Formats: sequence, structure tokens, C-alpha cells
Amino acid sequence: MRFSDILLETNAALSANKVRSGLTILGIVIGIASVIAMVSIGQGAQANIQSSIQSLGSNLVEIMPGAQRGQGFQAFGGRGTAKTLTDADAQAILSQVSNITAMTEEVTGRYQITAKGTNTNTTVDGVTAAYPEVRNLEIDQGTFISDEQNQSLAKVAVLGPTTMQDLFGTDADPSAVIGQSIRVKNLTFKVIGVTKSKGGSGFANQDDEIYIPVLSAQRFLSGDQYLTSIDLEAASTDAMAQVQNDATSLLLARHNIADPTLADFSVLNQNDLISTVSAVTNTLTLLLASIAGISLIVGGIGIMNMMLTTVTERTREIGLRKAIGAKKSDITAQFLTEAIVLTLLGGVIGVALGSLISLVVKWSGILQTSISLMAVLLAFGVSAAIGILFGWYPARRAAGMNPIEALRYE
Amino acid sequence: MIEISDITKTYGSGETAFQALSGVSFAVKDGEFLAIMGPSGSGKSTLMHILGCLDTPTSGTYRLDHKDVSLLSDEELAEIRKEKVGFVFQAFNLLPRTTVLRNVMLPLVYADVPKDARQRKAERALHAAGLSETHFTHRSNELSGGQIQRVAIARALVNDPTLILADEPTGNLDTKTGEIVLGTFQKLNREEGRTIILITHEYEVAQHAKRIITIRDGRIVSDSSAHEQRLTDAS
Repeated sequence: MRFSDILLETNAALSANKVRSGLTILGIVIGIASVIAMVSIGQGAQANIQSSIQSLGSNLVEIMPGAQRGQGFQAFGGRGTAKTLTDADAQAILSQVSNITAMTEEVTGRYQITAKGTNTNTTVDGVTAAYPEVRNLEIDQGTFISDEQNQSLAKVAVLGPTTMQDLFGTDADPSAVIGQSIRVKNLTFKVIGVTKSKGGSGFANQDDEIYIPVLSAQRFLSGDQYLTSIDLEAASTDAMAQVQNDATSLLLARHNIADPTLADFSVLNQNDLISTVSAVTNTLTLLLASIAGISLIVGGIGIMNMMLTTVTERTREIGLRKAIGAKKSDITAQFLTEAIVLTLLGGVIGVALGSLISLVVKWSGILQTSISLMAVLLAFGVSAAIGILFGWYPARRAAGMNPIEALRYE
Repeated sequence: MIEISDITKTYGSGETAFQALSGVSFAVKDGEFLAIMGPSGSGKSTLMHILGCLDTPTSGTYRLDHKDVSLLSDEELAEIRKEKVGFVFQAFNLLPRTTVLRNVMLPLVYADVPKDARQRKAERALHAAGLSETHFTHRSNELSGGQIQRVAIARALVNDPTLILADEPTGNLDTKTGEIVLGTFQKLNREEGRTIILITHEYEVAQHAKRIITIRDGRIVSDSSAHEQRLTDAS
């Protein structure tokens, strides 16, 4: 039997029962569509989180005081309270570790800020002139802190856009804010710049911060010589691990610590953070996809159910075909093709529907979803496999029929 | 050319065994029109299945065109059916919602006949079966019983088989339509020299054939050709 003849038979059989074929396909359509939509939403979420992490700085290696426990997050517990890092540490790293393009020191703390009768409580970040480069920060209006201002302990401040709105009103013009005064711990700081919004949120919101010179922060706010973090920009992504390792061994030596597990600081590599978060989102995507996969299996059982019904209904037709010379392989091919065409049709519609869902999510601005070719190919592969898997048994049952009994079937 | 000798067929085994055929032998020459007649339960359906290569005998030999087909496998039997046997059934067994032409072309699909030759062969068979050309593109469910059975006859003819096997072809038809269908068989036998075996339980139907074998309880009880032979010998 020729393949074109099999397709002709399949077309005739499926179009004879349009409603039933359609409903059977629906199971596969929903399964495939949800797999595609879930995977694309999961990947969108992953890309979203990765870009937020990237916005913290490119090729960023961050050294924080306090012991490292677990995978990084625990270190935040010691941040700001443990006092082990100094300017001498930072300078030593900058001069002795290779492949560092920029370094900034940070002294952070939360303070009550007042300005002309308004007040807010936010993070005051003592930084150096290299901070915008290391942390991918851009200035909207005015200038950032210079080395001279740092050395001279100038009382100047650069505001994040959210902080600016909190202090000067939501409709405040950034250019009009330059030259205004704010008060931190009863000291007056002059606003010299406003940063561009980075769109962050939550604990890593760089829009709700005030930047001042690091030496001013040590002198006037924290009152000691310690740093709350040292941020390094590695020359390339490949150099990050080397920078991390070299900085770690240098600091261990400087702090006279022999056992790395007892380190009084922790070194966070941005790549580690990304891979940790990616692992989490991957797991979530896998979870969503496997739930969707279950509906695919249910759809496949629907196909098998319909094919079994079809085979029973068409028993006499099968008997006739065998009587006029159809071989087992002919009958198997015919019914298997029917099942595969059904599932592939469901696959095509499902991919279209899933992509549509993913696009709607994208257009509505919830997430930048991305439809991966992998997911589409996988969906097609899976739907064809389901056709073969769930079509095989009914097809073999049809092929195995005894023509005499099949012809007598009422 | 059909030769069967000492065919038996037993269903089941042991105490419940049932012998449907117990030693049947006869020969059919090319161009014969034979009716196999017998009441239900006589074994004529079993004989028909064996003649049509749908089933194999328990013992005995069946030679179709000098080839022993009594010991072939299912797949080999399918091959023989495809080439040498055309079936006409009581229940017609046309594909529903399918055109007359496609129904007739179905055996050619399995015989792997090239597409351009199929329609030509199908139309020729339909003409031979006496169906008028206006019905060729009709769907099978739009035809009358007599027309449907002639489509089925055309389907049996289309592959140029050695043998046309008709199982109660008039069973679902009224007498008048039945006459027309039987007339079609007679014409095919007379004008095209087709070998036809007609299975029936009705004497009136069997009479349309040139030779009648009567079967009862799995044995041949009379064969008109043998009878004629005896008459010739006696005279």
C-alpha cells in the first residue's frame, strides 16, 4: 500500500467524524499548548531574573564581611554587622589581583533622611567614584561623586529616583533637585546628582538609595574604618572565577586565616548567583512542564480511546480490507497513521495556541516570554511519539483481527 | 482451476470438537459457474472460507491454479486473495460515504496498481457489472441495494481474479433485484468466461448456475455434474 493511499484513507476516516476527531485532538492541543506556554513563561521568568541580576553590575564579584555559609544568601546575615574589611584590603586586592577593571568600596547603612519637611528611611551608600562603572549605574542629572570629593570628605549626595520622589515629591524635576539640601544624622548634604532608574525592586532596589563619598560615610555615619563590601568588576566573564579565587586567597593571607572555611568574609560571584537562580527557575519550569506533560498523557489516552472505538466500529471494514488482500502491515499502517495524524494535528494547533498564550503574556507586559525552538520541536516529537505509543495497540488489534469473524461482526 | 481433495475442517478439540467438513472433494474448471447449496450448518460457509483462502483446512489439499494453498500462512493467504479471489458478500460491505469508483479501486490500492491505471480498470469492471456510468461518482450510500451489489461485483472483478466467490449475494435483496444480480453473474460467466462459485441456501438461486453441489453435514450429497456424467454413462 502506498503512503499517498494511506494518507487518503486517513483523510477520509478523520473527516467522516469531524466532531469526534476534533474533540480527541483537543486533549493533545491543551497538553502541547500548556507545555509550550509553561516553558516559555518559565524561560521568560528566568531571563527576567537574570537581567535583574546583570543590572547589578557586569562581571561583578562582591566581597562582604562575615562568614560564608551555604550558597551566598546566608552571608547577607553578617552584612553590615561584621567588621572585617578595610580600605587597606580593598587597595591590596586592586593592586595585587589581576584582571580587575574597576573596584569600589561600600559602606552602607539605613538612616532617616529629611528634606524640607519630608522624610524617608532608606539606604545610604558610601561609595567611590568607580561605583557607577562597577554597578552599571547611570546618572540622569548632575554628576556622580568624584575622587576629590571623597578625599575631602565632602558632604555631597547622589539620589536614586525613588528616594528623590520620596523627599521632593513624585512630580519633582531631577534637574531642579540639584543643589538642594538633605539632612542625614543632623548633617547637611548637598544633592549633586540623580541616577537613572534601573527598575529594580525588593531588597536589591538601586532606585531607593542615596550615594555619598565612602570616606564621608565612614567619618560621619558609621564612625569606623570598616567597609560593608568591596565590589570588583572582572575584565571578562571568564576571569570572574580567577578574580574570586585570587581575592579570596589574598584576603585569607591578609587576615591570617589558614582554614578557608573559617574565613571572616565571603566572596560572591555574580555568575554563582545567576546559576543558583537559574537552577531554581529551571526546577520551577520543569515542574510546570511536567504538570502540563501529564495533561499530554491524558490527551494520548483520549487518542487511544478513540482509536479503539474506531477499530471496533470499523470491524467489518477491516474484515473486508483483509478479504480483498490487505496484509497485517497495511492495516497497522492505516490505523497508526490515523493516530499519528491526529496527534500531529493536535501538536500543530497546540504549538500555535501555546505560542499565542506566550505572546499575550508578553504583550500584556507581565513577562518577556520567549518561545524556544527546543520546546516546539520537543512538543512535535512528543505528540508524534504519543501517536505511535497510543495508536500502536489499537492498530495492532485491528491488524490481528480474523477476517472471517470481522466480516460477520454485527 | 480449483481442485480440492478430501478436505476436513475441525473446530475446537477434544470433547467439544466440531467437524464442519468431513472429506469434501471436487474440482472446478476455469469458466465454470458453480453453486454450492446447503442449509445453514451444512458446512457451506466453512467451505466458502477455505475456497476464498480466508481459512485453511485441517486436512486435505486445496490447489488453486495448481498451487497448494492449504498450508499457507495468514500473510501468504492475503497475497493469494489479493491476486486470485474476488469476494461478493451478502452484506455488500462497501465503504460508506465513499464514491463508487473509490470502492471499486480499493483492491487495486492493496495490489499496488499504478494510480493512472486504477480508474480505467475500475470503470471497465463497473461496465462489466452493468452499472450505468451516471452512478460512478455517487457515494455508496446513495445507491439502491441492487446497484450496491453490482458495485460489489465490480470490486470483485477489478483485479481479474481466477475465482469470483459470492456468498449469498441475493440474501439482502428482494426477488426482482436478486434476479438482476444473478443475471449479472450469468452474463459475466457467459460473456467473459469468469469462474464463479455461488454459495446459497436457496434452490431457486442455485439454479442460475450451470452446476450445483449440494452439501449437508459436512459432506457432498449431490453434484449435478456427476449426475449428468452418470446420465451420459447410462445412455
